[in-house]
Amino acid sequence: MSTGAVGRAHPRLEGREKVTGTARYAVEYPVDGVTYGWAVPAAVVRGRITRVDAAPALALPGVLAVLHHGNAPRLAPGPDRGLWLLQEPAVHYRGQFVAVVVATSLEAAREAARLVRIDYDAGPHSTVLAADHPGLYRPDQVNPSYPTDTAEGDFDAGYAAAPVRMDATYRTPAYHNSPMEPHATTAQWRDGRLLVHDSNQGAAPVQATLAELFELPREAVRVVAEHVGGGFGSKGYAKAAVVLAALAARQVDRPVRLALTRQQLFGPIGYRTPTIQRVRLAADADGRLTAICHDSITQTSTIREFAEQVAVYTRSMYAAPHRRTTHRLVRLDVPTPFWMRAPGECPGAYALESAMDELATAVGIDPVELRIRNDAAVDPDLGQPFSSRNLVACLREGAERFGWADRDPTPRARRDGRWLVGTGVAGSSYPARARAAAASATARSDGGFLVRIDATDIGTGARTALWQVAADALGVPPERVEIRIGDSDLPPAGVAGGSMGTASWSWAVIGACEALRVKLRQVPGGAPADGEVTAEVSTADEVRDQPERPRYAYGAQFAEVRVDVDTGEVRVNRMLGVFAAGRVVNPTTARSQLIGGMTMGISMALHEEGVLDERYGDWVNHDLATYHITGCADVERIEAHWIDEQDGDLNPAGVKGIGEIGIVGTAAAITSAVCHATGVRVRDLPVRLDKLIALSPLA
Amino acid sequence: MRPFRYHRPADVAEAVAVLAAEPEAAYLAGGTNLVDLMKLGVQRPDLLVDVTRLPLDAVEELPDGGLRIGATVRNSDLAAHPAVRRDYPVLARALLDAASGQLRNLATTGGNLLQRTRCVYFQDTGKACNKREPGTGCAARHGQNRDLAVLDWSDLCVATHPSDLAVALAALDAVVEVHEPDGPRDVPLAALHRSPGEHPERETTLERGTLITAVRLPALPAARHSTYRKVRDRASFAFAVGSVAAVLDLDGDVVRDVRLAYGAVAHRPWRAYRAEEELRGRPFSPELAARAADAELAEARPLRHNGFKLPLTRAITVRTLTELAEGARS
Repeated sequence: MSTGAVGRAHPRLEGREKVTGTARYAVEYPVDGVTYGWAVPAAVVRGRITRVDAAPALALPGVLAVLHHGNAPRLAPGPDRGLWLLQEPAVHYRGQFVAVVVATSLEAAREAARLVRIDYDAGPHSTVLAADHPGLYRPDQVNPSYPTDTAEGDFDAGYAAAPVRMDATYRTPAYHNSPMEPHATTAQWRDGRLLVHDSNQGAAPVQATLAELFELPREAVRVVAEHVGGGFGSKGYAKAAVVLAALAARQVDRPVRLALTRQQLFGPIGYRTPTIQRVRLAADADGRLTAICHDSITQTSTIREFAEQVAVYTRSMYAAPHRRTTHRLVRLDVPTPFWMRAPGECPGAYALESAMDELATAVGIDPVELRIRNDAAVDPDLGQPFSSRNLVACLREGAERFGWADRDPTPRARRDGRWLVGTGVAGSSYPARARAAAASATARSDGGFLVRIDATDIGTGARTALWQVAADALGVPPERVEIRIGDSDLPPAGVAGGSMGTASWSWAVIGACEALRVKLRQVPGGAPADGEVTAEVSTADEVRDQPERPRYAYGAQFAEVRVDVDTGEVRVNRMLGVFAAGRVVNPTTARSQLIGGMTMGISMALHEEGVLDERYGDWVNHDLATYHITGCADVERIEAHWIDEQDGDLNPAGVKGIGEIGIVGTAAAITSAVCHATGVRVRDLPVRLDKLIALSPLA
Repeated sequence: MRPFRYHRPADVAEAVAVLAAEPEAAYLAGGTNLVDLMKLGVQRPDLLVDVTRLPLDAVEELPDGGLRIGATVRNSDLAAHPAVRRDYPVLARALLDAASGQLRNLATTGGNLLQRTRCVYFQDTGKACNKREPGTGCAARHGQNRDLAVLDWSDLCVATHPSDLAVALAALDAVVEVHEPDGPRDVPLAALHRSPGEHPERETTLERGTLITAVRLPALPAARHSTYRKVRDRASFAFAVGSVAAVLDLDGDVVRDVRLAYGAVAHRPWRAYRAEEELRGRPFSPELAARAADAELAEARPLRHNGFKLPLTRAITVRTLTELAEGARS
């Protein structure tokens, strides 16, 4: 019996605590005897530490210890050498943490960190991605486990024979996640057990990593992440801060707080790899695609392979008889790239959807219509039908709401005073997947219920959504339900990432609630007279046994931009997205996720760029004053809508996930709108005014 | 960060005396720039002398029609002042185009003029910078220099001055009232900031310990027809990649008087005297404005990544003056 909680708009349960400052984040828990850690980054790109002189730092009042490879507690080598911190003299990239200072005050730790003298033996380095880099190679697979290359038909022949062809190369720079709350940890050792309050996207994976590194049974590690101030993928697994804090706490035998600085978030925590993407499309005179090729070049580090699945988007998006995708990678002396909102799909869609816009111009067909004509009846990659595919519905509804029908495709045809005005569109898709999770549901004698699951709310509203799902599954008003998340002591559940959170967690929550209801049927009166009744379930078998088939969320992004004809300044008048993402649990937080993703896509298109100085081998604009992200003033109207989509082949809640679809395609819609406004196609992001300055005879 | 002491002086004379006696002391006003730089280790004072409680927070209309602005008047208050909005719109617009509402509530008039460059190499103690550490070299000269100078730079430093306010004040011929160890003195704003030359670590002509007490604006009726145009990479909370402060006084079609200053092009706010000379006494036209900008930028030497600043500065010169001229005619 549903109580109608799912589908109803509800503010975040913890909203009041957050805005009044009482919600506690990782380094805000009061802890007796706490000390402060400060991470010291390497000052060379590649080389070896030859000497560490900690004496000047240790001489400062309040300084307790300086940890480095020569004295730090030993770690077991795990799968990620990037976490094997303070274990070896080797430096693999500039900014790698090579020491930690611990002091009784934050200020003393910071000052002492400056005083740690480290000598290096530095070698030559390579930090710039290039299409002709001699180190390019073909990885065995791309993330998470896709084939590196795919081919069907004969692309070369199909391309050569087509009457309409489009060949363009698109470049995207490094993007940095830089969440509001940095990677931060309070670590405490008690009787051989490790307790960390940590800012992450999943307590369980962090617990597993710490157990492995410190050679502890998993139960000896507890990870609490009750509130998390964003991550955008960068907190998807354990990162340096938690490892350094745990090492330091062990060394000084006191609790340690360690938070990275804003500057330290530009590199060591991961970032979206720069990409060089060549897309070739061929079509017949009616715009039906006959050949598609997407070649991606990205970078990884020398310590771990991270192969972003950039061209995977292209495998399933549009149909054509001749198709090819490839991925090449180069190992550079840089930090390892990592997940950033829609890894793979986001940069890949920018290239493919831009190419579709260019093809639409080449073939003289409206870009909405071109996409509709090339919709895929079955997944071109797997040859199977989709669980549901509502791309066309999104395009049609978006076109209707946006007012696309009267669009004159002529570039530079619309003006508003000194502004050139243009519109653009892009398609969007993101896989709808789920991971195994466990959850428990407890009935109390007071008529209340407690639902427990180690889910993580990184600001998305996940806590509230699961609470709504639980109420419906229990068939009780939500006020009678309490939800507890963000703690590795709770039934284990996977990371908040890959737009899988709500799908995976609600599956387990519904299972636990239903199991509890079955149990309660055996209880006289249907409720415990005293004590509690608990049911715990895991979805491991169900998730494993779910037949493989293509399951995707879809979207259509529409943008109207204006460009100052004299200066090249770009502003977004309006952005509108329509999405097909299964069932929407909470319209309030869903809208926030979607417009947040779209805003991040605008940011990618117009503002964000990690600017690397190859001599130093790091990004020089490593703060939010110089690494610009889109602000409210940059987009005057932004709307997210969704179509009513029922897909019975997903998971019990029928959700597809909405954390990532909003960013996919946005940058292509924006750059296509800029092209429509100005006649200038910018193929290397971001589209900044210096790339558009020559529009006016004044300049 | 380095431990520091904190002192709140009773009056201006005491503040200046303390600074004179303490070689590593610094004045603290809004703190919006200094505190950040202290955390980064770029500035390491051992004593902060807090001047925000000194009686320097008044805006005073002068009998000759000018305005005296106390050094600790907050940017928000100054931007909202009726006399500023009425008589010097260029100043109000420059202020409101700067930073964010929160920062403007803290930042002061004097502090704004003395803010340090936003050159990323200056702000990173891991990179070479002659301004931060004389003799270490200029990493920006052949590095990432899109945001940096096109005029008047030296091989030792290519930094720009980040202030919007200072650009407007340069156009208005403002006078900076300072208190030196020897007593008060007037410094024309145009003579306040230095070119980088051989000593980029010296940013102003003020002696160490000098306190700015006020900024005086001369009466300038033409400034009622003035504006500030700032170009930046996003719509809010970003430093200028180009800006122009302009006052235009037309007699019919003829330029009777004009004041023009540029931001984001040099180590100091750039008063465009050559452009003014081209314009003055001639019938205004957009073509004339373009020629004037070209005259001003003739000696520009763009760096590897900032050549776009020349057409950009030219474009906003023409556009801003043309709009002022159209406004005057209507």
